[in-house]
Amino acid sequence: MSILEIILFSLAKLLIVVTVMLLTVSYLVYFERRVSAWAQNRLGPNRVGWEGVLQPFADVLKLLLKEDIVPSMANKPLHTLAPILALFVAFTTYAVIPFGPNANIFGYNVPLVVADVNMGILYVLALTSLGVYAITFAGWSSGSKYSLLGGIRSAAQMISYEISMGFSIGGVLLLSQSLRPEAIVAGQAGWMWNAIVQPIGFITFVVAAFAETNRLPFDLPEAEPELVGGFHTEYSSMKFAGFFLAEYANMIVAAALIVTLYLGGWQFPYLETFGLSHTLYVIVSVLTFVVKEVLVLFFFLWVRWSLPRFRYDQLMDLGWKVMFPLSLLNIIWVAVLIMVFNL
Amino acid sequence: MAVKRRLKDLTFWEKIYIPEIVKGLKLTLENMFKPKFTLKYPEEKFIPGGSYRGRPVLAQEENGEERCVACGLCSRVCPALAIEVQAAETEREKERYPEKFEINMIRCIFCGFCEEVCPEEAIVMSKDYELAFTNREDAIYGKDKLLVPVSQLQDRIEFLRSYK
Repeated sequence: MSILEIILFSLAKLLIVVTVMLLTVSYLVYFERRVSAWAQNRLGPNRVGWEGVLQPFADVLKLLLKEDIVPSMANKPLHTLAPILALFVAFTTYAVIPFGPNANIFGYNVPLVVADVNMGILYVLALTSLGVYAITFAGWSSGSKYSLLGGIRSAAQMISYEISMGFSIGGVLLLSQSLRPEAIVAGQAGWMWNAIVQPIGFITFVVAAFAETNRLPFDLPEAEPELVGGFHTEYSSMKFAGFFLAEYANMIVAAALIVTLYLGGWQFPYLETFGLSHTLYVIVSVLTFVVKEVLVLFFFLWVRWSLPRFRYDQLMDLGWKVMFPLSLLNIIWVAVLIMVFNL
Repeated sequence: MAVKRRLKDLTFWEKIYIPEIVKGLKLTLENMFKPKFTLKYPEEKFIPGGSYRGRPVLAQEENGEERCVACGLCSRVCPALAIEVQAAETEREKERYPEKFEINMIRCIFCGFCEEVCPEEAIVMSKDYELAFTNREDAIYGKDKLLVPVSQLQDRIEFLRSYK
């Protein structure tokens, strides 16, 4: 492939991924409202369009037309930068996650990932930790004590969960011996899913992912009853929508990471042996990825509407005294597996 | 020193959270497939029972006469001063009838005192709850809107009798 072709294909993939991402984010909001309603024996939004499918567009239109209020005590540049940073981080992380095998398009061999980076997992870790800056900036620059508390909580939470997340990923990396997401997916062929090989690591990673995305058992930065919305108390209009979208985009990225690192990525177990044509193979693989992703997302919503919020000291206890030792235990377990079975 | 104990100590399985979390998740999942309570309002309407206090109406006998004898007790008891009655005389068996009977539906608070105080079972709370007006004049209901045949009010009248 010449440079021009590489650029063209990258742009096309970028366009597709960003569009799909934006649509998924808005529909995830709708899905969340429906799932929460079902869990509470209600119906949820079902008025705009057929069964409420146009509701996300109505929501976005409403937020666009709202007045953008900046508090007089706010630090204006940071107040504006924070939601942009949040969105940037949420969307760029997705670039290294493979959503299908190499596809044969117009005679070219195209990998179905925006950027096939050989240290992709490192890139993901770096960017997701950058996400906490957006929240801390938002909390600090708002000039409100509630927002500040939310921002500080987010930073403290991130530090305590980043560690167990890093160690859980360490277990995956020991097995795959590569930081390339593609290689990690390839290493989980058949039923050798990391979730099955190292269940403790899977649990610690999922818990850390919930904490990283500020989802409900750990949504202390925006705890409504104590912090009146936390870091986004002073935000309105599209800036608020930025945080809102970023939260859901983060969920999608976290779900994609769980699927890639632990649930075999885009691979349908033993699909190669079915003898499908190449096109069909690619389509089934991409669909497998989508289905896994949707199931993990549903799990996110399901947990949100089932579990109460942790108290702050309980959260710290869980992070440092339970998750951290467990993730170390997982590393030892993986080391033993490698020693004994030469995986 | 007294050792502070909880009323119920957690067992090992409760302490490690996971089985309890799974229990909670199971409960919400079960609820997702249960029938919903929501009424799709403009299409499906709520049908209240006899105990429901909707718009107050005047009972009208089968022969078209109203039961009201214009004693004015309802207007006297009304805490919101919503009822206005003007009596007049006739040659019929019941010698008095309301010449003018108006309920201001903006003022009405649906307390049901008028119905409670009425000696003739003439003013009754109906099941009508869809009351929206575009101007104040429309909200003053005269006899034309208030008179409703008794047959439509049986539910409420039976409920009232069971409690008297």
